[in-house]
Amino acid sequence: MPVLWIALIVLAAAAIAYVLARRSALASAQGDVRRMHSLPSYYGWHAFILTALPALLLMLAWLIFQPLFIENRIASQLPAEATATATSQQLAMRDVRSVADGLQAAISSGAITPEEMEAFTNDPSTLRARLGEAGVALGGNVTSETLEAAQNFRALASTMNLTMTVLVIGVALAGAAIALKQVRPDFWARNAVERTVMGLLIFASAIAIFTTISIVFSMVFETMNFFRQYPWQSFFFGTTWSPVFHGNSQLGIVPLLWGTLYISFIALLVAVPIGLFAAIYLSEYASNRVRSFAKPLIEVLAGIPTIVYGLFALVTVGPLLRDYFAQPLGLGSSGTSVMTAGLVMGVMIIPFVSSLSDDIINSVPQSLRDGSLGLGATKSETIRQVVLPAALPGIVGAVLLAASRAIGETMIVVLGAGAAARLGLNPFEAMTTITVKIVSQLTGDTDFNSPETLVAFALGLTLFVITLGLNIFALYIVRKYREQYE
Amino acid sequence: MNDMRIAERDVSTSETKIAARGVQVHYGTTHALKDVDIDILNGNVTAFIGPSGCGKSTFLRCLNRMNDTIAAAKVTGSIKLDGEDIYDAKVDPVQLRAKVGMVFQKPNPFPKSIYDNVAYGPKIHGLTRSKAELDNVVETSLKKAALWNEVKDRLHSPGTGLSGGQQQRLCIARAVATSPEVLLMDEPCSALDPIATAQVEELIDELRGQFAVVIVTHSMQQAARVSQKTAFFHLGNLVEFGETGQIFTNPRDPRTESYISGRIG
Repeated sequence: MPVLWIALIVLAAAAIAYVLARRSALASAQGDVRRMHSLPSYYGWHAFILTALPALLLMLAWLIFQPLFIENRIASQLPAEATATATSQQLAMRDVRSVADGLQAAISSGAITPEEMEAFTNDPSTLRARLGEAGVALGGNVTSETLEAAQNFRALASTMNLTMTVLVIGVALAGAAIALKQVRPDFWARNAVERTVMGLLIFASAIAIFTTISIVFSMVFETMNFFRQYPWQSFFFGTTWSPVFHGNSQLGIVPLLWGTLYISFIALLVAVPIGLFAAIYLSEYASNRVRSFAKPLIEVLAGIPTIVYGLFALVTVGPLLRDYFAQPLGLGSSGTSVMTAGLVMGVMIIPFVSSLSDDIINSVPQSLRDGSLGLGATKSETIRQVVLPAALPGIVGAVLLAASRAIGETMIVVLGAGAAARLGLNPFEAMTTITVKIVSQLTGDTDFNSPETLVAFALGLTLFVITLGLNIFALYIVRKYREQYE
Repeated sequence: MNDMRIAERDVSTSETKIAARGVQVHYGTTHALKDVDIDILNGNVTAFIGPSGCGKSTFLRCLNRMNDTIAAAKVTGSIKLDGEDIYDAKVDPVQLRAKVGMVFQKPNPFPKSIYDNVAYGPKIHGLTRSKAELDNVVETSLKKAALWNEVKDRLHSPGTGLSGGQQQRLCIARAVATSPEVLLMDEPCSALDPIATAQVEELIDELRGQFAVVIVTHSMQQAARVSQKTAFFHLGNLVEFGETGQIFTNPRDPRTESYISGRIG
């Protein structure tokens, strides 16, 4: 039985249990809700949870472990030469699986009858052609060992599926029975439901945390692989970035790090003043009418895809800067430059600064403004000396968020600043960033064992550590300067 | 109006600081304050009492033009401070608020140190020439607010770390530091416990020697304890204004009598 059907049956059983438990709860209290510990619907929900949750968890676990188990069993039946090495065993198992899937598809669609199947068991050589006619393509001719293994595979899988169906539905029914037996006016159904809700919330936060941890781990392992092949001193302190795919690459992170920080710095130089001033205008000076259309308009900037910004940088800003600033000043003749990428990226992150700062400034209590105005301060004095200091932790947080956005940005850099790794001070020269190089090292024909490819993971981990550091720093600032208002 | 004559009589004995005539306040379409005439005298504490929403806080905020910060509010009539109309186009509301200080209902210390909270007004108005002078102003103001002994050892710790009563006295010290001529207090004790309230009341009594004090309060006992003159507001009207003793013992208007005896409000 397909998994979806089992899940639907379990849910239907849970729904029935809900109705039954609710009804029996009401009946046990002679229809008087006040004599029960919890509202009738809590008894219903308790029954629903007890029916559905264990059964669905069992099914999930089963579905995860069944393929592993079957694989193990079938592999032990394969001939010894097929399982000699891990790679050959993988290949053999792939054949078995595709033959089994092909047979399953052909039989369930009626293209091959069970009688024909008998014939194939004795002469598997025609099976490939027959399956091809039925619309199932196989990679190679089928040997009798493979066919036998595939048949065993199908048999085992169908037995296990049946077992699972029976077990899951049995657990669901058992859960329902237990829940229905528990329905008594003095049973604390409300508290039981509460615990399940808490469990659900813990589960959700655990998923987020475990995902982060596993991402970090996968990066750490690949990075360790990289450092086994390439000395870390040359990576962290090397000032040349020139990957060569036939070896002898120089993979120094310094020019990339420099490019990242330089471009982000220019972006912040653009975004922080403009964003902050816009936020101050919106929250302190603008009338409600202006605010209600200006704020969404600014936020539109955040919704523009970064590739569009990149095009804008490439087609408009780059040539403009080259023709009117760089060339007349004799600073270079490159259409792509740090300045181009920095300016365009700055525009992109304005809404991050302005929108968050606006919310933060608005959350400063009006009583502080009144206090300052009541002492005879002007509006701008009030903002400068009372409102902004009170909002500072939040504003720093907004700026650091914008900074991590800038550091992680790729598309604008590719199109605006180019892809040449360079260590220089001239903002009108092309440079590039860590993220761009991660992309270029991983695209195209790559061999996942060469340092030229693995360096991408080391770069990624470095980037992660930098943004993590920024976040910790932001938290520190916020904690240190946080003020308590009522 | 009868009660106005009492006020007029007092003018001969004590100097009028603020004279309001025919003050009306509209918030959008709401007529919040109707035709208020009142004289605030120097060296006195004037209490505004009345049920919630009667317009007493609104009127208080007219006296230092704090209503200007509310876009929908419109004030008409004349309010004269030392004979000069404060709603005249020549008057800078910012300058006015330096002369007419205000203490708010909830303590609202700035997120700064205790010292900087008190020094805020003198600094923005350039009242002091040197650091020593500023230190002096801070110390005197804190002493006037009866807070000096409690905070003199931690002037540079944050003002928000003080207790509620201390915070309110800090706000009074902050208002006093700009040496205002009038001090407006909008229910200054409503967020305080009885002990802190007693301290603030004692303080108000000391302060009236230097400024005209106007206090809005919900507590009639407080009005009776601290004020020399009392004004009773009801539904946007100034119902009765007179000597505190007379208002509480022998009110002329039946509405005042009902309010102070607890029948309306």
